[in-house]
Amino acid sequence: MATAAARLRAGAGAPPALAVAAVVTGAAFAAPLAYLCWYVLGLGSGFVELLRAEDVAGPLRRTLALATSVSASAAVVGTLLAWLAVRTDLPGRRVLRVVAPLPLVVPSFVGAFALVAMFAPGGLAESVLGIDRLPVIEGFWAAWAVLTLLTYPYVYLPVAARLAALPPSLEESARALGRRPAAVFRTIVLPQTSGAMSAGALLVFLYCLSEFGAVKQLRYDTLTTAIYSARVDRDVGLSLSLVLAAAALAVAAAERRVARRRVLTEAVAPAATTLRVALGRWRLPAVVFTVGVVGTALVVPVVVLAHWTVRGLLGDAELHAPDLIRPAATSAALGAAAAAAAVAAVLPLAFLTTRYRSASGEAATAMVVTGFALPGLVLALALVYLVLESPLADALYQTYGLLVFAYVVHFGTQALGAAQVAVGGVPARLDEAARALGAGRARRLATVQLPLMRPGLLAGAGLVLLSTMKELPATLILAPPGTETLATRIWGATEDGFFALAGSAALVLLAVSAVLTYVLTIGPAAGSRS
Amino acid sequence: MRPRFVALAAAVAVAGTLASCGGGDGSELTIYSGRTKELVEPLLERFADETGIDIAVKYGDSAELALLIDTEGDRSPADVFFSQSPGAIGFLDGRGRLVELPAGVLDAVPERFHARDGDWVGVSGRVRVIVYNTRETAPDEVPDSVFDLTGPEYRGRVGLAPTNGSFQDFVTTMRALVGDDRTLEWLTAMRENGARTYPNNIAIREAVARGEIDFGLVNHYYNEQAKAEDPDTPTENHFLPGGDPGSMILTAAVGVLDTAGDRRADAERLVEFLLSREAQEYFAEETFEYPLAAGVEPATDLPPLDQLEAPPVDLSDLGGGLERTRELIRDSGLERA
Repeated sequence: MATAAARLRAGAGAPPALAVAAVVTGAAFAAPLAYLCWYVLGLGSGFVELLRAEDVAGPLRRTLALATSVSASAAVVGTLLAWLAVRTDLPGRRVLRVVAPLPLVVPSFVGAFALVAMFAPGGLAESVLGIDRLPVIEGFWAAWAVLTLLTYPYVYLPVAARLAALPPSLEESARALGRRPAAVFRTIVLPQTSGAMSAGALLVFLYCLSEFGAVKQLRYDTLTTAIYSARVDRDVGLSLSLVLAAAALAVAAAERRVARRRVLTEAVAPAATTLRVALGRWRLPAVVFTVGVVGTALVVPVVVLAHWTVRGLLGDAELHAPDLIRPAATSAALGAAAAAAAVAAVLPLAFLTTRYRSASGEAATAMVVTGFALPGLVLALALVYLVLESPLADALYQTYGLLVFAYVVHFGTQALGAAQVAVGGVPARLDEAARALGAGRARRLATVQLPLMRPGLLAGAGLVLLSTMKELPATLILAPPGTETLATRIWGATEDGFFALAGSAALVLLAVSAVLTYVLTIGPAAGSRS
Repeated sequence: MRPRFVALAAAVAVAGTLASCGGGDGSELTIYSGRTKELVEPLLERFADETGIDIAVKYGDSAELALLIDTEGDRSPADVFFSQSPGAIGFLDGRGRLVELPAGVLDAVPERFHARDGDWVGVSGRVRVIVYNTRETAPDEVPDSVFDLTGPEYRGRVGLAPTNGSFQDFVTTMRALVGDDRTLEWLTAMRENGARTYPNNIAIREAVARGEIDFGLVNHYYNEQAKAEDPDTPTENHFLPGGDPGSMILTAAVGVLDTAGDRRADAERLVEFLLSREAQEYFAEETFEYPLAAGVEPATDLPPLDQLEAPPVDLSDLGGGLERTRELIRDSGLERA
C-alpha cells in the first residue's frame, strides 16, 4: 500500500488500457443521462417554469429527508449485523449469514403491502394477537421503517465482506488488552469498515432517490411519485428525473471526498481460524436486536405471503407449478447474467479509481452512480429511444441483451462500490513482488489479485443479482414479449387481486434468492468460519 | 471457488439460450396488453389456437405501455394495444397512433363504449361502486351518491385513490356532469372531511376489509375477486343509482396501431374475437366484468348492465381531459394529503 500511496501522491499515469476501458464504461453508463439532458435542453426556459408549476421543492425536500434518514439508519443496522454475524460468538450466526442479506430481494411494494397487512388497524397482528387499535401505517415513518429494513443489506454485505477479509490480529490484540466488545467495535471495527460502510450507505441513499414501490404504497409523496403520476407527461417526468440525477451526483461527489480511499489495513487471505469476540453480557441485547431486525424484515413478509397463499388455496384460487418455476428460472438467469456483466464492466474502473488519480475515472464513476438514481421506468424509456434511433436497433431492441445492459447501468454502482473496496484491500507489496518475479499483468490478476478480491467482488455480484431479481419497471418496458420474471408475476397478480399467486411467487423469489445468496456470498467466507 | 464459477457460467449460458429463443422473428401479431396476464392470457391463447395466428404478448401497466408505444414511434413492434382503461388508449388516440376500426366492430357495442372517431372499442366494463364494510355498516346506510360523502357523518371514514387512473377517470366524468368548479369543490370537501388516500383500488378494498375505513371509492371488480379467494371477507359493493358520477362504467378497450402494417387484418380479427360471444362470456364468467357486446349477461350476482343507472357520459372524452383532472386533484390538496 505504501507504494500505491506514493504512486497516488506522485500522480503517476494509469496504464492506457485501463483508462480507455474506464472511458468506454463511463460513456455506456452516461447514455440515459445524456438523453435526459438533451431532452430537457430542448425544453429551454420551459424547464424552470415546469419545476415551479410542479412545486418541485416540496417533493425534493421529502425525497432527500427520506434518503438521508434511511441511509443513516441502514448504515447502523447493517454494520452492527455484519459484525455480529462475522466477528462474534452470537448464537445462530450461521443462519444469520444466510438470511441477513435476503430483505434486499423483497420488492419494496410487497414489503410495504405486507407490513400494512400485518400491522395496520384490523391487520393480522390485531386479529391474531388481539392487540388493540394500532395506528394507520403511512407517511414518513412508515416509509423510513420499511426502507431501512429492506435496504440495510446494501451496508451489511460489503461490511461483512470487509470483515471476513480483515486480519483478526487487531481485534485479538485489543481483546488481549482487555477491551470490552463495545470498545473493540468502536475502536477497531468501525475505523476498519468505514469505507465499506459509507459505500453501502451511498447505495442506500441512491436507492431511496429512485424508490417508488414503498413510498407509493405508504403515501409518502416524493419526486418519484410525482414522476410516476405524471407518467404520460414526458416533460414533467424527464425534468424531475434530471433533478434526481443532479441530487445523486452531488451526494456521490461528497461521499467520494469524505471517504477517499479509506482502506487502512490490507486484506490477507482469511485465517483458517478466526478469533471471535465473546459477547458476554451483550449477548442478550445482541440476540434481541438481530431477531427484531431480521424478524421484522423477513418473517413479517413471509407470514403475510404464506397467509395469502393458504387463504387463496382454501378459496377458489388455483396454483400451477409452471407459473412459478419458469419465471423463477428466468429471474435467476437474468440476475446471474446481470451480476457477472456488472462486475466485469466496473472492474477496470475500480482499479483505475483506487490505484491512480484519474479525472476520467472520477467522471466515469459519477456516470455509474447516476444509473442507480434514475427511476427504472425513465432509464428504460431512455434506452428505448436511444436504441431505436441507432443503426443497431433491429439487432438490439426487444432482446435480453438490452435488458441485461439496462440492469448493468441501473445497478452497476453496487458492483463498483464493492469492487473499489476489494481492490483497495489488495496489498500492493504482493503485486510488486509478483511483478519483480516477472509475472505479467494477466497472471498477477489471476493469481494474486482476484483470489484476494474474491469475497468483495462476489458481494458486489450478489448485490446486483438480488437487485435484478426484484427489478420491475425496466423489466416490464424492456423484456421481449412473453418474458416472465418472478417480479412481473408478483406485480401482475397483485394488480388484479390474485393474492395466492402473488404470495406464492414472492415466497419462491425469497427461496431462490436464499440459495443464490448462499452460493455467492456465504461460501467465500467459509475459510473464516469458526 | 470452481463450482461457483461453473454455476455462474451455467446461469449465463441459460440466459444466453433464453435470449436466442425470446423475442420472435416479427411475423407474429404483437399485442401490448395493459390488462394483466392473469386476466386475459387464456383468452388470447384461445384466439391463437382458433385462428392459427401466432401471437406475442407484452404485459405491463396501461399508461406505461402507452408511453412506450409513443416513445417507440413508427418503429414500434406493437400491432394491438389492449388497455385497462379508456384514459391510456385515449392518450395514444390523441397522439394519432391508432387506425380506424371497421364499422361492424364498432357497432357491436353501444355508442358510448367506443371512441367517437372510431379508433378504439370497449370490450368489457368495470363499474365504479362504493365498497363498504358489512360489520360496520348496514346496506341501507350506504349513501346513494358520492356527493353525500362530504357530510359530517362520513368524516374520516372514506378512502379514495387520487393518483390512480380509474379514480381520475371518475373525476373526469364528474367534471363532464357537474362542471370543473363543482368538482373541485367536492374534491376539496372530501379532503376537509378527512378522506383517507390510498395508492389504488386494491389497497382501498383491503383497508375496508380490515375496518381501517368504512367506505371506499373503487371498481366493482376488486371485491368480486377478493371474495373468490376469501369468501368470508366482510365487504360488499354498493351500486349507486340515479346516474351518479360514482357509478360510471370504465371500459377496458382495444385499438389497432398505425405500426401494424400488413398485420392489420390479423389485428382486426383479434378485435372482432374480443367482442365475440365466446370472449364476452369469458369476461362475464372468468373476470367478473360486464360484457358489452353479443347480448351476454354479467355474472348472476351482478345487476345487469341495462339496470345500472350509469351517468350518460361519452368515454371518448376521458382521455383528453386527463391533464385538467390531474390539475384539479392537485389543487384540491388530496394528492399531497
